[in-house]
Amino acid sequence: MAGHHDEYQVHRAKILTPAFYVLLFFTVLGFLLIAYRFVMGIGAVSNLSDGYPWGIWIAYDVATSTAFACGGYAMALVIYIMNRMKYHPLIRSALVTSMFGYMLAGMSVMVDVGRYWNAYSFFIPSRWQPNSVMFEVAVCIMAYNVVLIIEVLPAILERFIHMKNDKFPKIKHYAMIIYPKLDKVLIFIVVLGITLPSMHQSSLGSMLIIAKSKLNPIWHTEMLPLLFIINALYIGYATVIFESFASSMAFRRPFEKEVQQLSKIIPYVTGIWLAVRFIDLYIRGQLSAAFAGDFYSWMFMAEMLLILTGTYILMWNQYRRSPRMVFIAAMFLLIGGGWFRFNVYLIGFKPHGNWSYFPSLPEFFITVGLVAFEILGYMLLVKLFPIMPKVHGEHGAEAAKAH
Amino acid sequence: MKKTRRDFLKTAAVGGALMIAPLSASAQQEIKADDEAVGMFYDSTLCVGCKACVSKCKQVNDMAAAPMPGDSDRVWDAPEDLDYRTRNIIKLYKDEKDPEKHAYVKYQCMHCIKPSCVSACPVSAMQKEKGTGIVFYDKNICIGCRYCQVACPFNIPKFEWPETFPKIVKCDLCKFTNLKLKNIPACCEVCPTNAVIYGKRKDLLAEAKRRQAENPGKYEKHIYGEFEVGGTNVIYLAGTDFSNLGFPELESESAALMSEHVQHTVYKGFIAPVALYGFLAFVALRNRKSAEEVAHEHETEHELAVEIEQELKKEKEEKEGKH
Repeated sequence: MAGHHDEYQVHRAKILTPAFYVLLFFTVLGFLLIAYRFVMGIGAVSNLSDGYPWGIWIAYDVATSTAFACGGYAMALVIYIMNRMKYHPLIRSALVTSMFGYMLAGMSVMVDVGRYWNAYSFFIPSRWQPNSVMFEVAVCIMAYNVVLIIEVLPAILERFIHMKNDKFPKIKHYAMIIYPKLDKVLIFIVVLGITLPSMHQSSLGSMLIIAKSKLNPIWHTEMLPLLFIINALYIGYATVIFESFASSMAFRRPFEKEVQQLSKIIPYVTGIWLAVRFIDLYIRGQLSAAFAGDFYSWMFMAEMLLILTGTYILMWNQYRRSPRMVFIAAMFLLIGGGWFRFNVYLIGFKPHGNWSYFPSLPEFFITVGLVAFEILGYMLLVKLFPIMPKVHGEHGAEAAKAH
Repeated sequence: MKKTRRDFLKTAAVGGALMIAPLSASAQQEIKADDEAVGMFYDSTLCVGCKACVSKCKQVNDMAAAPMPGDSDRVWDAPEDLDYRTRNIIKLYKDEKDPEKHAYVKYQCMHCIKPSCVSACPVSAMQKEKGTGIVFYDKNICIGCRYCQVACPFNIPKFEWPETFPKIVKCDLCKFTNLKLKNIPACCEVCPTNAVIYGKRKDLLAEAKRRQAENPGKYEKHIYGEFEVGGTNVIYLAGTDFSNLGFPELESESAALMSEHVQHTVYKGFIAPVALYGFLAFVALRNRKSAEEVAHEHETEHELAVEIEQELKKEKEEKEGKH
């Protein structure tokens, strides 16, 4: 929105750091492997099989990484719907993280699908299959990718508008024309940016309902869509905390105060999630299976322990005052929340017959490469455009004057 | 019927709704086999394990050989299991304690009455033929997402993993080959003992029940496929428990119906998403209005507007100066 442009600043720092080269190495490695996959086929790079047709490319890159990319969604909900404008400085970096997270999901899907050249089927109404959960998820994620790019656009435009030297006069001219127009309609895009994740994050849970005979009953429930959307919310808040802490370490910025306040919301969200989870297990009579002590039960208990620990830490005011504890709690919730999604998509999934799956090295490094690419893009964008929250105090004033 | 649905979808798309997953009231009806539905009936006690059906299936459907691991010629077809080269296979079960007790079993697509693969496919590449109930695949539409493989309780759809341009492979009752030419699937045509026969599902079911009644003690009471996941058009009789023959124990409820029910509850008529959007937009606009009342906000907004105006003016002047 207009009027907030002075809340953000370009992070003035060297782009070609050692971290940049490390990430670049993994990105290049990943893309080489992707090239190999497109020449030799999926079987040549992955351990996927007819029993486990979906591996980490779906379980991590799509199902889990889009939850990690829910920071923009979770923050927009707090700022625009719950009307907590004080968190507004956090939204841009959250949105950029979301944009790259969803881009990663989109790219992974194109690596994962076998007949990618037929992907245009989604734009042909006669082929639409509204019974399919996948249809909803695919179209919704595509639309949300566009929404995220539009949401990040103001930061890009502002940079060109405020450019003192006229290096790109044409772009500056159009930026000045587009910016006020975009600003007027942006609120409707922002609202779309809350509606779409509400839809596809729940549907990501619905996706496994159809595989009832294969998914362990500890995880298979009609409540999966509800569990997934609440899970996306607390993972989203945890990501904002993680991202703020990581950038304060990496970029030597002060840890944002708003983030610590934000952590107060999390125990309410996880509390609701835990309640739904346990009541559902109780009603379906699966509580004893969940604590039976076998492999699946241990996986369930690990998931629970991580989320309960993260929640417990954030329940106490004295812990919330310590940035370190807030960060640790966020890590517990990120891993625990992601663990739940992995349990649903991979660990709790067991097809009839003798099938097993563990990702192959190339498969793993394709995911690593795409994640590295995502972080690389984030680091580049915050150093080129006003995305990070403005640092308050003297140092911040200097930084603000610099551009 | 189909036209109206398509029309609705178009209108919904034009209306700005980005997500459509509602409608098709028919999907929520009870599962019931069509009277015209066709399928196969395999009687394990009649099968002699000659595998004529396996080779004929490969021949008519133009499937590649699946050589044994140590086969240097790479020509001898010895499939170990269903895969992208094998739509149909015969396997042998032997009782560990009583070697005399053995039974053959034939695997291929079960042609479910409410197929999960069809329900899962996002682009209608998996389809169920109206009337006959044959579940078939169209590679020209398929995007290769493999959700059909995840959804199928019998693990039937197979993927061409080693191929650069892979497709899904599964039995379609020879819909485009033998059934089209000779009105019978290849496996049923060549079976020397009539262990597998082709016909309408209701006739096949009646025949299975007749055999059970005429030969007390010979067969298990269970007719596999009669009720599994809402019923399948391929049904089985056997002299041994079906779990011995490698069949999964499945509920009579269809998970596809469960999934569609959840999906339709949320997305029926696309009302919920639109209502959610409307509600959120209302709240967000109201919040923005109150935020705008804060003077500070006005100032900065004004500043930027003035700044842009000045810049544009300067640009214009520069342009005019050039002329």
